[in-house]
Amino acid sequence: MQFFGGGSSLTSVPPDAGTPAPAAPPGTGTGGGPSAQVLYVFNRGGVCLLYREWHRPLRTLDPTQDQKLMFGLLFSLRSFTSKIDPTTAEKGNLGVPLLPGQGCSFYSFKTNTYKLNFLESPSGIKLILITHPRTGDQRDTLKHIYNLYVEYVVKNPLYAPGTPIK
Amino acid sequence: MRRKQQAAAREGGDWCRRRARRLELKPRGVGEIDRGAIMAQQGGDTNDSLRLASLWHSMHAISQQLSPTPGCEGIDLLQAHNFDLHCFQSLTGTKFFAVCETGAQNIEVLLKVIYELYTDFVLKNPFYEMEMPIRCELFDLNLVQVLQKDRVALLGR
Repeated sequence: MQFFGGGSSLTSVPPDAGTPAPAAPPGTGTGGGPSAQVLYVFNRGGVCLLYREWHRPLRTLDPTQDQKLMFGLLFSLRSFTSKIDPTTAEKGNLGVPLLPGQGCSFYSFKTNTYKLNFLESPSGIKLILITHPRTGDQRDTLKHIYNLYVEYVVKNPLYAPGTPIK
Repeated sequence: MRRKQQAAAREGGDWCRRRARRLELKPRGVGEIDRGAIMAQQGGDTNDSLRLASLWHSMHAISQQLSPTPGCEGIDLLQAHNFDLHCFQSLTGTKFFAVCETGAQNIEVLLKVIYELYTDFVLKNPFYEMEMPIRCELFDLNLVQVLQKDRVALLGR
């Protein structure tokens, strides 16, 4: 099952009964090199349910630290964006934990070396996809991944919620 | 290089909000807030702005650590549902960030122009103390002029 390749177009995924999570192909995808580099899935409490990397030359921290840092960054970024939002008049205080739908949330940020795409479901499941900086809007890709998660992970009777996906 | 690290404690934020009709400006000084040419529509107070600016500064730094490839220089563009946030970082670590509407073009150029204004009217001002709020009239005047020119250019097309 092709996860995705060098662009944001996704062909329909054939149902793959039996595997609880989509298998990640190593390295190259279709059409000129990988654009996805790292994927994280967190649940509401900050437990990293899934971590996949395809192309990560630099590792500054060990995995648990890295995941905690990522979660913390997203948590603060969400409260920052809901506070700095110029369109809404009512704003809560900084530092108050936000519910998944509350306040304006960001969907991506870009640096000179990577682009981080983010999706938060109403149940608090956070999907983070790190790609090459020039990739286009990945919101649909993330929604697709979330659908896969619902389909194969949540509906799997042997999966205990809150534990890492195996 | 070392100055860059020293300047990590210091940041400049410049906040302008662009809409089809209305232009708002809320410049922020280095580590503090300047309310020179403000239409304080947001009603945000000094403490809030300070907190937001320092939060941005730390997140900018953390994002550099999380990079999968070496050579990351922090967040350039943050896209949210209601707005976009563009950030420009100078060589000394001073950050200028602008909150604008979702499809805004050429904000990086605008931020560079604002950076030039900053160096011309703030840093070369002998009465300006570093890390303090920016209260330089010429800076405010020129800033408003640049934004109005930009707005005319945007609406005029």
